Amino acid sequence: GEPHPGPRAVNVDLQTDATLQVDISDALSERDKVKFTVHTKSTLPNFKQNEFSVVRQHEEFIWLHDSFVENEEYAGYIIPPAPPRPDFDASREKLQKLGEGEGSMTKEEFTKMKQELEAEYLAIFKKTVAMHEVFLCRVAAHPVLRKDLNFHVFLEYNQDLSVRGKNKKEKLEDFFKNVVKSADGVLVAGVKDVDDFFEHEKTFLLEYHNRVKDASAKSDRMIRSHKNAADDINRIASSLYTLGTQDSTDLCKFFLKVSELFEKTRKIESRVAADEDLKLADLLKYYLRESQAAKDLLYRRSRALVDYENANKALDKARAKNRDVLQAETSQQLCCHKFEKISESAKQELIDFKTRRVAAFRKNLVELAELELKHAKVT
Amino acid sequence: QNSNFKENEVLSVTLSVQYLFQLDDDEEEEEEEEEEQEDKFDISISVKDPEKIGTNDMNAFQTPLPMFRNKTFTVRRRFSDFLGLYEKLSEKHGPNGFIVPPPPEKSILGMTKVKVGKEDSSSADFVERRRAALERYLQRIVHHPSLLQDPDVREFLEREELPRAVGTQALSGAGFLKMINKATDAVSKMTIKMNESDVWFEEKLQEVESADQQFRKLHVLVESLVVHRKELSLNTASFAKSTAMLGSAEDNTALSRALSQLAEVEDKMEQLHQDQATNDTFNFAELIADYIRLLGSVRGSFDHRMKAWQRWQDAQAALQKKRETEAKLLWANKPDKLQLVKEEIAEWEVKVTQYERDFDRVTATVRKEVVRFDKEKARNFKREIINYLECLLQSQQQLIKYWEAFLPEAKAIA
Repeated sequence: GEPHPGPRAVNVDLQTDATLQVDISDALSERDKVKFTVHTKSTLPNFKQNEFSVVRQHEEFIWLHDSFVENEEYAGYIIPPAPPRPDFDASREKLQKLGEGEGSMTKEEFTKMKQELEAEYLAIFKKTVAMHEVFLCRVAAHPVLRKDLNFHVFLEYNQDLSVRGKNKKEKLEDFFKNVVKSADGVLVAGVKDVDDFFEHEKTFLLEYHNRVKDASAKSDRMIRSHKNAADDINRIASSLYTLGTQDSTDLCKFFLKVSELFEKTRKIESRVAADEDLKLADLLKYYLRESQAAKDLLYRRSRALVDYENANKALDKARAKNRDVLQAETSQQLCCHKFEKISESAKQELIDFKTRRVAAFRKNLVELAELELKHAKVT
Repeated sequence: QNSNFKENEVLSVTLSVQYLFQLDDDEEEEEEEEEEQEDKFDISISVKDPEKIGTNDMNAFQTPLPMFRNKTFTVRRRFSDFLGLYEKLSEKHGPNGFIVPPPPEKSILGMTKVKVGKEDSSSADFVERRRAALERYLQRIVHHPSLLQDPDVREFLEREELPRAVGTQALSGAGFLKMINKATDAVSKMTIKMNESDVWFEEKLQEVESADQQFRKLHVLVESLVVHRKELSLNTASFAKSTAMLGSAEDNTALSRALSQLAEVEDKMEQLHQDQATNDTFNFAELIADYIRLLGSVRGSFDHRMKAWQRWQDAQAALQKKRETEAKLLWANKPDKLQLVKEEIAEWEVKVTQYERDFDRVTATVRKEVVRFDKEKARNFKREIINYLECLLQSQQQLIKYWEAFLPEAKAIA
């Protein structure tokens, strides 16, 4: 296979900064978990050393992400979306089925299929590493988030963070929190914003998010069909090979040649599907998550606005009744400050989001086209 | 008998299909028995100058015609007529060791869809597959030098109206396969001691059985590929629409334009995939299906040879028995019965000679037929698969064009 460009280049366009560089230098896939080696190079004084590594699992990434989301200070930022859970179930199932069906196919067929499935497993593995890495890089590139204490602990503390996965109660709490957020969102989405910029962004993001979701789902389906077709071509190549080895007549020699051609075709189709997966499907999936994160930011701002408006009303009431006025004034000022702070950083975040998005799409679409051409010309 | 064509003339046949959806009310009342609704085929037959027939024909004849006329005429035939023709030909020529090409099976499911008037791609596919298969079937018959001489074939090609074939109900898919597969059971049950000259037959039969197994497997795989390519085509269309929607939601102008261009490329890809599925079907899957059917006929011819052998052996055994009876009667001194037995022995001796000659004749025919079959097979496969690969290549060229057009649009994003 060809070397894929680093994940940072795939989904986000970030400058590499000498003060803090993070990457996943190694990963180990064990039975039911993946262990990522998070490698940091930094000239910041916060860290004890300039270069160090720790081992982290998926739950610890989620813990870090959630700590950002729950931090009121970061309400005005697009929180980099959490990486999806590593999912090897489907691949493992296929390998198991293959093992069970070993008796029913020729040795060549078995070896070939095994190689294919192992390559698939490896591809999934590489992807999950890339997605976890992108998350860390986005955090490291963010001017405020990179200073987060939890982030530093995540990078440096060389013991297990002991963040077990959320238990049932916690998951339920999360669920309700999200329901409330959505309900809020519905409420607030109806209110027209005084600020044109945010009004436009709200309309845009709602529509965009839905369409990216649809495009992501459809691209996955398309790529799956492509992979299925490639698998069929693989089996046909094997079958033709068997026909070709029956004897040494002209026809058999012909079958062998055709088998070779089918094998070549299969390789190309597989690569095309894999590239579509990487440059298109992954891109769409990533921006699905990022656009959700951007929407979450807008919801938070809207809630801050609602709080501010409520505080205004409370202040008016307090003044009218001439009771607890000072308290109401303080509360109103806090709300006002919070809202303005969020609005200011949100604006910049949304502009950056657009820039990143356009750059990422450009890069991936160009690479996709170039790869499609490269593969087609091989024939 | 005034025939339209002479011996050794080259025929080209093409089929087009006519559909019979409903009988008119008046016609229905006139029918005495329930007439089964069937599709009808127009067969266009032309006698061609072999030099004009290029590589488009199944066989390129090398012997020039002594005299030729360019003449074209059309007859209309029902599907059951084709089945009826096969039945007649296999009855007459099968026992002589000829490999009689089989027509496609009756497909209850496929025809039901068409009768119901289901206007979808799968029924259109079925119609085209059947038409093409019937055309190839006829072409194989008319290119077989012996079969072309058969009066039933001539009648099939020339007569205005053919009487409805009876007993073709038996030739449903299952019944048809049963008829063809009867041969294998018979052959495998016989424990025959082969002498040297028969090694060729033993090897050939094994080849045929192995090829049959492989082809069936291959056919399943190719049909699976067709299904997945059609799925891919549908999913690509769906993705194209989705991408267009995304493009219109995107507020960066250049990216928006690039996304709608991508949607157009994917739309074109959808068509490419669809065309490729058609290519897979007609140049590959149908080829394999034809040969699975033909191999059935080949095994049939082996079976007929076995039957001829068995008849000869049985006659020899009967003769032997009569000779033993003769010996017993000689001893018992019964002159009347002895005379009878002597006459019977004479009869059986004639039969034994006849059956041995028959067996030798059938053997020679089968051998010749199998050699011809192998040559045909090699030629067909090469031609069809090369055709298939050329389509594949064309597809790739188109693909390149589409992506080359898209690349500058992607680069223009700012």
